[in-house]
Amino acid sequence: MRADLLTDAVEGLDEALAAVDGFDGVLVGGLLRPQPAQAIGLAGLADAVAGSPLAGRVAEAAEKTAAGAADEDHYLALAAARTALLGSVHDALIARGEEAVGRTCAEEPAAEAAGAAGAEPPVNLLVAARGWLCDLARAGWQGIDHELVGGAAPVVTAMLPEPGLRRLATLLDGFAAELAASCPGATQERIPVRRWADLWSRAMMLTLPGADRATAVTEATGRLLPLGVDLHEHATAVQAQVHAVFEPADGGMPRLVRASVSAPKPDTVVGAGLWQLLRPHMSLLAAVSEGRAMELEAMPVTAEGDLIWDDARATLGEPAEPFTTARVALPTAAASPVAPVDRHPARIAVPVLLEGYGVEDEGEAVAFRVAGERLAVDAGRVPAAGPLTADAVASSAACLGLLRWDAGEFLVQPLAVERTVRKKPVAVHAGAWAGGTADKAGVRAEKAATDAVTVLRERAGRLLRK
Amino acid sequence: MRVVPSARPRKLAKVPFVELADGRLQGVVSSGSDIGRVYVSSVEAGTYAFSCSTNNNRPCGGARGGFCNHIRALIGEAVLQYGAERVARYLKVDVPGEQADTQGLTSAMTSTRPAQGDRSAAAQVFSRFLRHLAYLEFTPTTAPVPEMHWFPTTGAVA
Repeated sequence: MRADLLTDAVEGLDEALAAVDGFDGVLVGGLLRPQPAQAIGLAGLADAVAGSPLAGRVAEAAEKTAAGAADEDHYLALAAARTALLGSVHDALIARGEEAVGRTCAEEPAAEAAGAAGAEPPVNLLVAARGWLCDLARAGWQGIDHELVGGAAPVVTAMLPEPGLRRLATLLDGFAAELAASCPGATQERIPVRRWADLWSRAMMLTLPGADRATAVTEATGRLLPLGVDLHEHATAVQAQVHAVFEPADGGMPRLVRASVSAPKPDTVVGAGLWQLLRPHMSLLAAVSEGRAMELEAMPVTAEGDLIWDDARATLGEPAEPFTTARVALPTAAASPVAPVDRHPARIAVPVLLEGYGVEDEGEAVAFRVAGERLAVDAGRVPAAGPLTADAVASSAACLGLLRWDAGEFLVQPLAVERTVRKKPVAVHAGAWAGGTADKAGVRAEKAATDAVTVLRERAGRLLRK
Repeated sequence: MRVVPSARPRKLAKVPFVELADGRLQGVVSSGSDIGRVYVSSVEAGTYAFSCSTNNNRPCGGARGGFCNHIRALIGEAVLQYGAERVARYLKVDVPGEQADTQGLTSAMTSTRPAQGDRSAAAQVFSRFLRHLAYLEFTPTTAPVPEMHWFPTTGAVA
């Protein structure tokens, strides 16, 4: 691993992020009555994309917005410009990350003709969502109140039952909950300016019909070797993403792939309850816990390397230790290109194996010293219902993780570590309890989670009976 | 990166549902004596106007002059789930740092002698609880949701 590439400056990065920050600052005060200072941020964004096909529309949008005369299409153009800029940041960073770990990216497939698959989503809900987002932009983060934020609830409620709108619904639900917790905006001490602008512009893009449609889908037949599980959650949603190496049965080039399963959830379902919710819908989680490979038969896979998991097309395979996979198969696997709408630094998650590093334990923060370079460890992303602890990370000799990028630097998120216990390597996996566990603490967590759901259903029954 | 930490695990038997919404701390509290009965309780932000009634819409006997035990239990569980600081901020209760706990919050509110609110809120709380429960019924999907990368789990290791 060329760790020096991760700490070297990336050309143009600061300029791109400065333009993004300039625009993000505009959203703090809101666009209802734009001030001269906000016009500068808007113009900066327009300048940054002046050499792109977006130039004309964004310039017009910036001008209209600064004059307080913008409509929803103008806001959409601004969101698109911001997305494009961060897309370029993503591309530069991912090139760095993959060069550092010595991985190749598969050829970009020819652009697919539109209309790959899926029914048209109900456009009225997308319009309603966009309306709410534009109201937010007008109010600004300092202008939000409960009434405004609460406007998302009916839209989300209407969207959640539609599988085709799940992405936008999940995003809006998490975003609105976060805003609600920060109301009223006028009294906020710290505003997560870039984060909220990220969520806002992303949601704006997803209100375009078809923006989140999966790219071309092919079928995958062969062996799937899991590396680890990455868990995501907000109050009312959870997603588990298994990173794995796929070896085609036809002897073709191994690919890095992901398999995801997600669900809406009540906010009191946490910890092991998350695994319980997802487990019945993806047999791969059990395979991960048992340390086994899976055999896939015509499993749908997108050009981005996302398996659209179907239990009927997978069978449990031979034992496969993730660290062995990482040492033998990972270096030969190619990554897939990322769809344009998904190019964003926050989505960077490059599987990487680190060995022979020193651990720098600075109390709160842990970092690895890799080939002389400091690589911060993002230990907060490790699931609560799992055996991987901060101590295990701090005393590890090898780490299988995801290379991420946040707030100006590359980080590593541990998926598993190897420690030397009595001269033998012992692996601890963050997602070890995904499919269930015999671990004492794990069993307790499982029971608490089962009880929570049982109580919810029973109490609801009491209320409903009347 | 996360702004809202995930709910802390708590036992749900006594207070199956609690939330900070509609300008109120509101929730559903199990009866201590009758397994078939639940109370719908709420406290309004700012005024601390309170309300408590059963699922049959009968007023709670304990909530005539002040906070009943159901409302007190509701505050306690809200503090468990959200943390005292967030509950205090939502309800606009001014408590000194060292008193920011269930007891400090409760006494700060009762000392203002809040009035009894109207019971119309109960129906809304009830429908919010049903909305909350509906989240158990949506079908999980195996299509990727890249947006969730903005919401990493915030696990035990920190």
